[in-house]
Amino acid sequence: MASVCFYFQVHQPFRLKHYTVFDKSRQYFDEGKNAAICRKVANKCYLPANRLLLRLIRKHKGRFKVAYSITGVLLEQLLSYAPEVMSTFDALAQTGCVEFLAETYYHSLSFLYSRNEFLEQVKKHAACIESFFGQRPRVFRNTELIYNNDLAKLVESADCFDGIITEGADRILCGRSPDFVYRPTGCSRLKLLLKNYSLSDDIAFRFSNRDWSQWPLTADKFAQWIHRVNGNGNVVNLFMDYETFGEHQWADTGIFDFISHLPDKILEHPDNDFKTPSEVIDTYEPVGVIDVPHLISWADTERDLSAWLGNPMQSNAIHELYRLENNIKKTNDEKIVSDWRKLQISDHFYYMCTKYFADGDVHKYFNPYDSPYDSYINFMNVLGSLQNRCAKSVKQDRSVSRTDLVGLAG
Amino acid sequence: MRVLMLGWEFPPFISGGLGTACYGLTKAMDQVGIKVTFVLPKMVDKKYTTHVRLLSPEMGSSDSDVAAPLGFNELKNVQFRTISSALRPYLTPETYQLRIEKALRQKRIAAGEASPDPIGGVDYSGDLYAEVHRYAAVAAELVKGEQFDIIHAHDWMTYPAAIVIAAMSQKPLVAHVHSTEFDRSGEHVNQTVYDIEREGMHRADKVVAVSHFTRNVIIGRYGVSGDKVEVVYNGVDRNGNGNGSLADSGIQKDEKVVLFLGRITMQKGPEYFLGAAKKVLEVMDDVKFVMAGTGDLMHRAVTMAAELGIGSKVLFTGFLQGEAVRDIYRMADLFVMPSVSEPFGIVPLEALDNDVPVIISKQSGVSEVLTHALKVDFWDVTEIANKIIAVLKYPPLQMTLRNYGNYEVRKLRWKDSAARCVEIYSDLMVPV
Repeated sequence: MASVCFYFQVHQPFRLKHYTVFDKSRQYFDEGKNAAICRKVANKCYLPANRLLLRLIRKHKGRFKVAYSITGVLLEQLLSYAPEVMSTFDALAQTGCVEFLAETYYHSLSFLYSRNEFLEQVKKHAACIESFFGQRPRVFRNTELIYNNDLAKLVESADCFDGIITEGADRILCGRSPDFVYRPTGCSRLKLLLKNYSLSDDIAFRFSNRDWSQWPLTADKFAQWIHRVNGNGNVVNLFMDYETFGEHQWADTGIFDFISHLPDKILEHPDNDFKTPSEVIDTYEPVGVIDVPHLISWADTERDLSAWLGNPMQSNAIHELYRLENNIKKTNDEKIVSDWRKLQISDHFYYMCTKYFADGDVHKYFNPYDSPYDSYINFMNVLGSLQNRCAKSVKQDRSVSRTDLVGLAG
Repeated sequence: MRVLMLGWEFPPFISGGLGTACYGLTKAMDQVGIKVTFVLPKMVDKKYTTHVRLLSPEMGSSDSDVAAPLGFNELKNVQFRTISSALRPYLTPETYQLRIEKALRQKRIAAGEASPDPIGGVDYSGDLYAEVHRYAAVAAELVKGEQFDIIHAHDWMTYPAAIVIAAMSQKPLVAHVHSTEFDRSGEHVNQTVYDIEREGMHRADKVVAVSHFTRNVIIGRYGVSGDKVEVVYNGVDRNGNGNGSLADSGIQKDEKVVLFLGRITMQKGPEYFLGAAKKVLEVMDDVKFVMAGTGDLMHRAVTMAAELGIGSKVLFTGFLQGEAVRDIYRMADLFVMPSVSEPFGIVPLEALDNDVPVIISKQSGVSEVLTHALKVDFWDVTEIANKIIAVLKYPPLQMTLRNYGNYEVRKLRWKDSAARCVEIYSDLMVPV
């Protein structure tokens, strides 16, 4: 018996305006651009894909299930710019066949720099999901599936999740199959689900590549591959960016047709079904322990952190950002804290990546900058401005308290 | 394969990119064994001279005394022919007149006013255009006995000579465009120069442009058909070895140095450099702006710096050569090229070769080949200042630009440009 477990990542960042060192404005984010992109993606991906999945879920009367992880920052944007998308997610939640996962509200790398901040963001996100969709998340995924043993232990000790997911990278599997449930090292209760990158990337990346030996990928062909897992695994974890459907793979590649026929083809085999991540965890026991002492992710071929932290600009920017945590929180100024948190969105650092600068590719998708250097300069200018606001706010507090004392003394 | 190259200065008498490009290209061709006869103008007492190629310094002949400092030693396959002429790169009719007058004054002083008539081969009687055409006639005569397969002419002043030689020898002609009147004079082009440029491009069998930026001007403004115009990027020879940092040189400095290196003329945007400097100094104090070069706008620049109130923060070094250039790169934290219209722009490559990160104008050919450089619109003084401040304020930015930029220029070598030219020659030499 092999269950197919679909999970879709849904996220858009708050992109920054062009901000020079001379700018004095406190509006750092480019509302116009973010709105335009949000609506564009809504029309090409979120709406058609949500409607399609809703139709399929209703058609298969509970046998077709999927899971989503939607970042807090995207939810905010959908409310402002594309509220009709929220209604479709709502409808999906009502079917009872859709699970919502938890992640950091701000799609941040906070786990690496501030455990406190990380836990606050996770709590905020879980609360947000419960309030919108009436579901308390049971399964957690960290930003970009960044994971190691420490993360698992931290999540288990938080005592609010039963499962965690990450990339089924070769170097942690050491020859084992990702198609089973595992136990993270050092945990006794938490269960680990691993992405089957080969089958996931067949859909997410190779689907429209005519040079691929398996092109064209039909629902029938793919269902055969899934069927072959029977006897060799319990679950096939297909984790991907939701923008696969309509953005990364445009409608004319046939991606929507593929998905619309897939449940039929998969369910044709009596040994296959669809499960949500929670159902997978409840059904299957871990078959072994997975040890991940060093951080992994689902990004690029390296599947490490080099996309966000590979060059000195990136690591400098992120260190400076998190150094401000205490001062930011001391201001008790909601806007300052919110701005600081939006600066934690991992995309800002992604844009500073010099790895493929000569080639372009995936890193350039919706990248508002001409070069990684421009993105670093912009980010640091904004951070500088935020720092000044922080300092001013602290100064004001100090002077206020002095006059208070004077009042008392008299 | 033998190439007749009509070119310009050779080290150490280089006044700008044109001379550097000629030298770089010729040297690269020499290194792959292409035989070059190089014709260039020089103020000498005879009508023209033919330096037979290098004699080793030990042989102690008087020719080698002349040849050696001119850097001719290293070039084994190049023969030089000089034509006595006051022609130099970047001349305008006005500056040519000034040059002639100065030469005449010097001659009078030297001759003690005894003989006011022209001495030797240099003809001081005509204006710039007359000189260009006289040069053409002399060049044609000079190369009568020469054997060559291809004529390669660099920039407009050599085109009349190249056309005559091509007609007489029936050999293919390549016109190499390093800059156009539109780059040098904006929209107020000199009609006579434009006509000569256009004639050269149309009579040539192939036109080589130093960038797509320039290729577009050639096609759009000179009416040359696209399939006739090739792009061959300039290159740079490895000067620095990646260890040219300030710390190594032992030079102490407490102030940041932002460098402008090039001719101080309209085309290079000196006023935008100074405008940006003013904005930077509003925010940062411990920085000096160095303008290394000279040109027709030099005095205007000095005045402008004073008018902006930043006179004490802007240093003018005058024209630099050789070791002085290396020293200035070692002191610089950043190099800025705010060119208004730059057909290529070799200097940023030299800067990167010497471990100095660069900010370059988007209106330049070199911005087509560099990815690890900061790019700006030349007129956007605020953005130039924004980027300067960022580089000076954030070491990780400076470091990343410097390291990746230095690595990138290693791929931009003259030998690739030379190889490309040889391909073009071969195509032209195929019998029809």
